[in-house]
Amino acid sequence: MNVTIVDYQSGNISSVINSFTEVARGKVNLEVTSDVKKIKSSDKIVLPGQGSFKSCVDSLNNISGLVDALKEFAITKKKPLLGICVGLQMFADVGYEEAETKGLGWISGKVSKINNQKGKFKLPHIGWNEIEIQKESKIFKDIKNKSHMYFVHSYEFIPEDKSVISATTDYSSKIVCSVEKENLFGTQFHPEKSDKIGLKIIDNFVKL
Amino acid sequence: MLKNRIIPCLDVKNGRVVKGINFVELKDAGDPVEQAKIYSDGGADEICFLDITASNENRDTIIDIVRKSAKECFVPLTVGGGVRTIQNITDLLLAGADKVSINTAAVKNVDFVKEASKKFGSQCIVVAIDAKKISDKKWEVFTHGGRNQTGIDAVEFAKQIETNGAGEILLTSMDRDGTKSGYDIDLLKAITESTNIPVIASGGVGNLDHLVDGVKLGKASALLAASIFHYGKYSIKEAKEYLDSKGIPVRS
Repeated sequence: MNVTIVDYQSGNISSVINSFTEVARGKVNLEVTSDVKKIKSSDKIVLPGQGSFKSCVDSLNNISGLVDALKEFAITKKKPLLGICVGLQMFADVGYEEAETKGLGWISGKVSKINNQKGKFKLPHIGWNEIEIQKESKIFKDIKNKSHMYFVHSYEFIPEDKSVISATTDYSSKIVCSVEKENLFGTQFHPEKSDKIGLKIIDNFVKL
Repeated sequence: MLKNRIIPCLDVKNGRVVKGINFVELKDAGDPVEQAKIYSDGGADEICFLDITASNENRDTIIDIVRKSAKECFVPLTVGGGVRTIQNITDLLLAGADKVSINTAAVKNVDFVKEASKKFGSQCIVVAIDAKKISDKKWEVFTHGGRNQTGIDAVEFAKQIETNGAGEILLTSMDRDGTKSGYDIDLLKAITESTNIPVIASGGVGNLDHLVDGVKLGKASALLAASIFHYGKYSIKEAKEYLDSKGIPVRS
């Protein structure tokens, strides 16, 4: 089995690499690449993302053929893909960070700034928060409801179809923090930085 | 509900953990990689390395420590000390840091904060403010590990770096650092009430009630401490149990 972490110069992916390396050891081959050919032949893909929605989308578009290869992988062939943080947010049709920017359009919805209720809630939402599991998700196998995950973000994904939501977290409102739609998985939190429980989520994805 | 974070801070000098009093008189407190792993296993919510020598010849030492720690600690790592250039940040992030803390370079040129947060995202840019009381309700920013007075008002500076894209403020009271007499609550309140980004309280923790005060009175989002953890006075677990018993939300 080949698991590929997409390296598209979206900022810091060292922690994603370290955590997947820890989990994958002796089980699967891990590749970190932006090589379109390797991505097409992979079994699973991890799409990380840091920085702004716009900068991540721009970076994806900068690599020739990458968006099409990801679409073929995730939408046509329906192979498992995990988006983390802005990696998840990019599933949306549109994002509003920096400037209105078109997303991948894989799960209908938008990405907008968390309502901080006139300064009542500090942004970014940084730190450990509990997830409230909304539906069974394959990546939540053996994960207890109200487990703590590490968050760092100011924008939230608001999907049109609420049935894709697998978990929410409470910060000014119920923020969508995990989705599952067929073969598409996404977490707003950082499993790679969420201690042993986060590694378990990565393990669940790797074992799918 | 978002939990208040406990962050043990490892001051690193020439590859060893040290802890000083008012930024001087350093004592040895062990191997940084081992310590980081112990804290991470013990429930630390984040780990902070501060390279207190931070001269150019020592950059490789801290990078090596970060690289080794990042392979074993799966909680966020913040690294500060001597972060002056975009290249410094790139090197630390590539080594496995999740956030970098900028101090002197942010004071010298606030546009550096803007440039860094634009390039790497606000989520990984922490600005460390070292502040000293100059009169009642007035604090001034110091740089170079507390050696240089800048004439800049700490509250004004905090607002400025927020506007420039900093994701968090690491606020150290130089008057309290290493004294074990508690955070400077007035300073903490002044900064938390005038900004909308999370503030990490630092400097002066000597007992667990000081941690409680940091959240309850100072409104800190996160609590940084060094010596109470390094010398085994309290474990992270004990600190969290105490905070929990006082009604402060923590990750168990």
